[in-house]
Order: sequence, then structure tokens, then C-alpha cells
Amino acid sequence: MLYYFHPFVLPFTLGAIVLFGLCIWKYVRWFKQFDRLQRAVIRKNIFSWRILAAIWESFREGILHIRISRKNLVLGYMHRSIAFGWFLLIVVGFIESHLTPTVNDSHPFWLAIFYRYFMHSHGNFPGAHILTTIMDVLLLYVLSGILMAVIKKIYSRALGMKKATKHVVFDRFAKASLWCIFPLRLLSESLSATIYHNGGFFTQFVGDLIPLDFALTFETTSWLLYSVALGTFFVSLPFSRYMHIFTEIMLIFFREWGVREKKERTGYTMYELSACSRCGMCIDNCPLNKELNVNNVQSVYFLRDLRYKKNKPEIADNCLLCARCASDCPVNIDLMAIRQQERNKRDLDTAGNYSYLDNVQPFNALGRVGYFGGCMSHLTPGITESMKAIFEAAGQRYWFMDEDRSICCGRPLQQQGFNQQAADLRRKITEHIKKSKITMLITSCPICYQTFKKDYKLNIPVVHHTEYINQLIQKGRIKLRKDDLKTVYHDPCELGRGCGIYKDPRQVLKATTHLVKAKQEGEDSLCCGINLGDSLIDIDQQKKIRDAAVENLMYKKPDMIATACPMCKKAFVHSTTLPVKDIAEIVRENMIPNTTAQTNPKKA
Amino acid sequence: MINFGYTIATTRVVNIDNCDFEKLHELEALVPSFKRCMNCGACTATCSAQQFIPFNIRKIKSLFQEAQYDKLSKELEKCMLCGKCTLVCPRGISLRPAIMNMRKILSVK
Repeated sequence: MLYYFHPFVLPFTLGAIVLFGLCIWKYVRWFKQFDRLQRAVIRKNIFSWRILAAIWESFREGILHIRISRKNLVLGYMHRSIAFGWFLLIVVGFIESHLTPTVNDSHPFWLAIFYRYFMHSHGNFPGAHILTTIMDVLLLYVLSGILMAVIKKIYSRALGMKKATKHVVFDRFAKASLWCIFPLRLLSESLSATIYHNGGFFTQFVGDLIPLDFALTFETTSWLLYSVALGTFFVSLPFSRYMHIFTEIMLIFFREWGVREKKERTGYTMYELSACSRCGMCIDNCPLNKELNVNNVQSVYFLRDLRYKKNKPEIADNCLLCARCASDCPVNIDLMAIRQQERNKRDLDTAGNYSYLDNVQPFNALGRVGYFGGCMSHLTPGITESMKAIFEAAGQRYWFMDEDRSICCGRPLQQQGFNQQAADLRRKITEHIKKSKITMLITSCPICYQTFKKDYKLNIPVVHHTEYINQLIQKGRIKLRKDDLKTVYHDPCELGRGCGIYKDPRQVLKATTHLVKAKQEGEDSLCCGINLGDSLIDIDQQKKIRDAAVENLMYKKPDMIATACPMCKKAFVHSTTLPVKDIAEIVRENMIPNTTAQTNPKKA
Repeated sequence: MINFGYTIATTRVVNIDNCDFEKLHELEALVPSFKRCMNCGACTATCSAQQFIPFNIRKIKSLFQEAQYDKLSKELEKCMLCGKCTLVCPRGISLRPAIMNMRKILSVK
């Protein structure tokens, strides 16, 4: 074994040992912080088929970076070339070193890394030349990625990023060591090629340009520097953003096994924090950055401060919870959940505040569907009135749960970190709903919809009114006429990115009007600004965000703005001369009075 | 005393010289729009909690401005933070954040 040894392999070897030691230590520590349910779900799923899905996703996202490529091809290339290129360098290098017949048949693990120093000829095995060529191609591939990273550092717009992340000093240090690795590898291999003529097409070409004297003097130094760069990078990795390389893969496995964020921080959150690569994809589209030029609250900085325990409440609070960053995140970190965890109000979050809700009279709604307007729909009575008219036209017996007095669904409290109080409200509403024996819950407000769907355990279907109206149309229970108004649809954050409802509202609108596109829509839609997520920005700042959202909708010069959220509606009404209507209102206006629907029992 | 169904309001004269406005100033620093209030009461009229119990957010605001902090903390707990008041406020006051900050300021002894 010692035949293939030179002191310069030590920085690399020690670095690698420290790296894996630290990573394992951290991972074990975080795993111990998982809560009982999270462990139970892992035990249940650990040996299921999901593991194959996890392996596939790890390869796709950890190495090929498909999600980031979908958002931005050039950035995708940059990340892929470094990750995939380096991965292949390791794999092919390993194969190459193991195919080569060696003295005493020893293959120390650094042999693949320092192969050209120890092996003075192309390996004595068939196909050795091909492998040498492949290694050169891979090195060039990685170097092209590094070059792009350097360009991005100097001028990020060249790679389609308006703003790149501002990194902390330690991250820059780690990055510098990473950037040094590959040019040093090229230099070392070329110097060895000068002496031993064992290079590939590229390293040999570079090597031939170097004078022999120079090569003889500096070869060992160059290999030493290469080893030091590797070692430095390895040691700094667990403390820098590069921790994401391994953590992302761990995260993918946990996620695939069914682990999710909780209301309080757990070990899983620690994995998520370290899985953030600080790529900065969340910065450009953040409405606070784009419209208000607030540059320190974006998820990348929020997670970083949290990881290094420098978090401040004003960072956690300054976020609209519009989830645009979460949809842009190539690692799919549950950013909204972490943000809400950090808003935990602890001492202020007292239980038993809402005892006044105990005397809400129970209502027997057997055989009816429940309709929950939500607080905000009470400010836009057009929506609730339209829903009543639609229920009647469809011959559906319904119970308007909060017609006289509205109870909050609890999500606004939850968003601000009042966990106990929100749970209190949820418990009261759940009781109320269970007593009424309704068969289905329809809500008009996406904020309520999201919490009914995700936080409540109701055991009955919960639908948003756009889904419900779509069902009515599909079943022919209401008939609509089609007008030719050009209508643009605004995706509410809570309904679209929050619950993934993009299709139903559009199908309904296509049935009644002429739907046109917005500039950015679906997952990329903009937040209306007037929401309950942010408790720090004031109304003038909110208006700026709203105006940008309206601007985005004006792309195809529509005649009408349609939305599916009372808050978005209220936001837009004051910002444009166009009519702003909820889908329920549009449907009601275009409903053909249908007497058969009510009397036809088959369709009911 | 005969129950007329209504009473004469108890005296609410406050001697401002004896008041400690520190908490109010703290709130105004955190929510500058708080100063803009014109006491229209739209917030109270729309309030979800008010539909169940006598809960008057305008009164709370007035008491806070007059530095009458007793019992306010308990009263504020009734708020469900639904945010309707903020949406209807004609003066664009960030009322919901103001309520949260009042809770926070009053909880500090």
C-alpha cells in the first residue's frame, strides 16, 4: 500500500475523514431530534417501493438538477456540470484505478484522485486510452461549469439571475477552495503529462506546452496544492452551504418516506436548513425584493440565519407567505412551514381565549352540504350571494355555516405563530361541523380552504367553490351561457401554490367567458399583496405589490379580471377600472335559469 | 335602581399628566400608521369577535392611546386575528399587526 504514497495525499485523506465524520455526527444528532410520529412514518415506509423513487429523485435532483434546469437552462447547466461532472470523475476515476494492475495489487482510495502522479503510463488494460480521454472530457465539463460560476459571480445577469445571493465570508472561502480544485487538477495532471507523457488529449496538449524543467520543479507542489484545496473544501463543507450536497439526498429520502414539517421545529427542519444550497433562486421573484427592494428577508437568508442561529423575528415576520419562493426552490424545501415555525409566539399564545364561541348553537344539517364563507367573504357579499344563488339553481340543499356570525378558521392565527389559539379555533369549528352532520364542506376563501384541507381532520370532502362549481357544470346541474368578454384569471396564492388548484377555476371560466393568459400565471402567479402573511409592511407597500400583480394581469388587455379569493378581489377592486369578479359571481351572472335541474332526481 | 335598559356612561376623565405613555410610543414606533386613526369604528363594526361578545376594538385603541392599559391584555385575547378590520380601515392602518404588537407590549411586565 505504501508504494503509492506521498505525503501530499494527507490533506485530502484527512479532509475526507473529517468530512464524513462530521456529516455522520450531524446526521445522527438531527435524526435523534425527529419526533415520534416522524420516526413511526419512517419505520413504516423504510423498506417500501418508495425507496426506488427516492433513489431516482436523488439522482435527478442531487446530480442532474432537473428542477433548476426547468426554471433556467443556463443555471441548470452550470449546476449539472459541476455536480454530474464531478460525480462521473469520481466514478470513472475509481473504475480506472481499479482496472489498472498495481504493485502488490494495492488500491488505496486516494489512488483514483492522484492517479496520474502514481501511474506513469496509461493503465495496462484494454480500453485505458478511452478512459483517459473520458476523464479529460469530464474535467473540461466541470471546468466549463466553474467558468460559468465565475461569470455568474462577476455578472449574474449573464446567467439570467437579476440578483445572486450575498454569501457570508465563510461560504466565500469554501467556494474559493472549490473553484481552485479543478484548475489545480488540470495543472497537476498536465505537469505529470509533461514528464511521463501519460495525459489525455487535453492534459497532454497543455502538458506539451510546459517546459520540462518547470514541470520537474513544480509537479509535487502542484499536486500538494490540489490535495490541500480538496482537503480545505472537505473540512469547510459541513459548516458551509455545500452541506447541501449530501443533505439534499438525505432530505429526498425522508420526504419520500413520508416525513413532513411539523408546527414546531424538529430534526427534519435541521435537515431542511442544511439542504438549502443558497442558490438564490428564491430572490428574484420574491415580491418584497421585486417591488419593495427588501433584500434581507428572502428564504435563502432566512434559512441561513436560522442555520447559523442568527435569526431575528423581523426577518421571519417580513414575508407574505405567498409561497412563490417555495415553488421556485429547486430543493423543494417546505419554506412556508419553516417560516411559520419561527413565528411561534410562545408566551403570547395563551389557550382558552375563545370560550365565547362555546355557545354557538348546534345546527342539524343532515343531508345538506355545508358552506363556509369565511371572514373575508363577508366583506365581499357578492360572493356569498352568488354561491347561494348557485346552490339554489343546482337544487342543492345547503347550510350556510357562518351566515350571521363568522368564526375565523384559525389560519390567520396559525400564520402568525399562535399555534395553540389556532388549534383552539379548529377544535371548536370541527365540533360544530361534526354535530351538523354535513356531507361536504364548500368554502369560498382559499385561506380557509387550505387549513380545512391540511390542518383539520373532518373526514368529509372539503372543496373550494371553484371545484364545486366545476363539478356542477360537469354533471349538468347548472347550465351556463358563454359571453365573449376577455377574462384573465388571477391565481390566488393560497389556492394555487397552496393547494394546487389551477385547473378547476380555468375550466369554469372557459365554460362561461373567453379566458386569456396573464404574463405569469399558474405556479408563477404574483401575490396580490393585501394578504395576512406579512405583519411588517404597511398599506402603501402592499399597494405597490398589488399594482405589480394587476400589471401582470393586463398582459393581453382583458375586459375583466376574475379571481377565486375574496382578498384578492378586494385588493384589485381599488387598483383598476376593470370589473373584478369572483368566479362565483361570473357563474351566477351567466347562469341560464334551469328548472329541470331541480326536478330531475337522477342528476341531483 | 330601576333598570332602564341603558345606563349613564361612567366617567372617563383621564389625567394625562399622570399617564405613562411609554407603551404607546413603543407601539407607534412599531406601527406608525396607528396614529392615523380617526375613530370611525369601521373596525369594530366588521369585527368577527364582536358578533359574539361585546368586544370593541376602537375602544381598546382609545384606551391604549390614553395609556389605560389595565385589563386590555385580557380583552385583546378575544381577537381571532382574522384581519377584517385591517381590510376595511379607511385610513389604511395596519390594525392586525397593531393588535399583535399591543399583545406583545402588554405582556412585557
